[in-house]
Amino acid sequence: MRLDQLSNNLTKKVKKVNAFESMPEISYQLADIGFIPGEQVTVLRRNLFGGDPIMVRIGLSTFALRKQEAELIEVEDLVNHD
Amino acid sequence: MTETAIHFFPKEPLIALVGNPNSGKTSLFNLLTGGKQKVANYAGVTVERKEGKLVFGDKVLRILDLPGVYSLYPRSLDEQITCNVLLGRASGEKRPDLVLCVLDATNLRRNLRLVLAVKRMGIPCIVVINMMDIALKRGIHIDLKALETELKLPIVESVGIKTDGDFSVREKLKEIDFSKNSLAQLIPENEKVDSYTVEDDSKVVNGILQRMGLDSVIPDPLSDKMDRVLLHPMFGPLILLVLLFFIFQAVFTWAELPKELIEQSTDWLGQIVADVLPNNWIKSLVINGIIAGLGGVLVFLPQILILFFFILILEESGYLPRAAYILDRIMGFVGLSGRSFIPLLSSFACAIPGIMATRTISNVRDRLVTILIAPLMTCSARLPVYALLIGAFIPSRQFKFGIELQGLVLFILYLMGILGAMIVAWVLKKLTNKKESFHPLMMELPNYHLPSIKNIAIGLWQRTVIFLKRVGGMIMFLTIALWFLASYPNPPIGSTGPAIEYSFAGMLGKLLAVVFAPIGFNWEISIALVPGLAAREVVVSSLATVYSLAGQATNTEEALVPLIQQGWTLATALSLLAWFVFAPQCLSTIAVVKRETGGYKIPLIMLTYLFTLAYLASFITYRAAIFFGLN
Repeated sequence: MRLDQLSNNLTKKVKKVNAFESMPEISYQLADIGFIPGEQVTVLRRNLFGGDPIMVRIGLSTFALRKQEAELIEVEDLVNHD
Repeated sequence: MTETAIHFFPKEPLIALVGNPNSGKTSLFNLLTGGKQKVANYAGVTVERKEGKLVFGDKVLRILDLPGVYSLYPRSLDEQITCNVLLGRASGEKRPDLVLCVLDATNLRRNLRLVLAVKRMGIPCIVVINMMDIALKRGIHIDLKALETELKLPIVESVGIKTDGDFSVREKLKEIDFSKNSLAQLIPENEKVDSYTVEDDSKVVNGILQRMGLDSVIPDPLSDKMDRVLLHPMFGPLILLVLLFFIFQAVFTWAELPKELIEQSTDWLGQIVADVLPNNWIKSLVINGIIAGLGGVLVFLPQILILFFFILILEESGYLPRAAYILDRIMGFVGLSGRSFIPLLSSFACAIPGIMATRTISNVRDRLVTILIAPLMTCSARLPVYALLIGAFIPSRQFKFGIELQGLVLFILYLMGILGAMIVAWVLKKLTNKKESFHPLMMELPNYHLPSIKNIAIGLWQRTVIFLKRVGGMIMFLTIALWFLASYPNPPIGSTGPAIEYSFAGMLGKLLAVVFAPIGFNWEISIALVPGLAAREVVVSSLATVYSLAGQATNTEEALVPLIQQGWTLATALSLLAWFVFAPQCLSTIAVVKRETGGYKIPLIMLTYLFTLAYLASFITYRAAIFFGLN
């Protein structure tokens, strides 16, 4: 599942951050701010119009992400160890 | 030909503060250095450089506040600067003798990764755990001794917002003698690894946190509660709107008293000078040129400070990025992201810091568009002009809910600028290609904090100094230059009109008045607009100088009001207001745009479109006003 599809207030963990083709640095920036495999992630709320941007808790930090950014992040269940 | 620059650095030890954004680094910097700060730019780039001094008896330390970064991988301009300074590669910059790595105690998870990156720099380092008080309140107990062992670095704690919250940091810095040997002991040991990834660092950090029992995730309950109201899908935007409206009302009403005080002092000074000086050209220069000119501008310092006061509070409290979150959709509609909101809001104070703040926008197109529309945000330099015209032509009338007519007109002028900016951005969205369609937001919403009085006071003080320097430098120069142009050559013997009509300025003004006649500007306004190109607020002092030399004995802005009330129609006043919403009346902005975009293309586009918009807006306003009989 991708982060933008996650319902509000459900906690998952980051599985993978995909690269955006024409701007590969985006995925590194996401990693810098804490989107690293295994980190806990929750969607706290969505904006009024079209649910974009979303407010995300990653680890202990809170970030506003646009759907476009959230689409790059794959999430999985907390218990799922691989 | 290339030259190798040789720099001579002050001999005092240089200490650099490194930390994540929102780690309270700048608060700590303010505590350590107090008001003794120098704000400038790094050589060649527009990243703000803040340096201060910390003095213990005869020991003086230079403290450098580096830009906040999430990593030391040089992706953004801020990160490049921080990296280069730490590596000793920044031009004109000495490699710091010691780094203070400032961490937010409530978010060690993310902040510790930066420590690992700093350690790899092989530079003497001390870790400062900031916001210890908040961490304790939230039940986060950090065993500093254990963390010292884990990181193999000395650690001190601090509370960035308390008066003596930097006590431990000061004590630690007092201890160090900054000799080569003792500094060498502070260089962290590193296992030699050729490459590392963020994931590797994250594993190391998680290991440390697990061993210290800090690996559970405890968010800030208060911030979450406040967000439930302030970011409520319905109430959030409403609260933001009310807040902005309140700020603009306050800018006008709160400033009344200090404004009167400044006016009275200028009058008093003018009287004294008039009594003392002999009746010759020097007297004319001092009274008509300097006192009339500068007094007219100084009067608006209170309003500028009130606006900055609110911007600083919103910034310090953590609300500002949330406002950007709320407005992201609207910005997206015109092809921008919420990231553009903070530069644009800063532009309400002054377009220059606003344009510099666009560096945080990683999308090149978004950044250029934000730069192009930044001058449409009503900057504080426009306030003197607006205040003069509104005060002279719009009656003060009270409506329900504490709404006041003059404040309302001001609010409308601000809205016009915003609306204009949105239309321009929307047009640019349609014109530019859609290939590069990623508009990153990725903006941190930090926990709410009570703003520290000290930080606000220092911020306001820096603004005051910048404004007074402008008044004393650029504005003083232009005022004197205009006085000269408006006073010479002397009128021919036997002439009947006021002397200024025969001067250089008079001739120029009459020439320009032909161009400006269709939008209702007389030749006095046309003259004043010329020096006003350099800085908007000069227009007020220029009008004062022009009218004062045109015969009517006036030496302050106060005396200008009845004169323009008699001389101008309401249509002219409204047209001039419309002109100032759009016109690029500021040389320094154009200069900064040229430096930021690295060429003449963008500044030229900016000048052209702004002048066109201004002329159109004034034309429509003037004609409409005449049509509705406001002549």
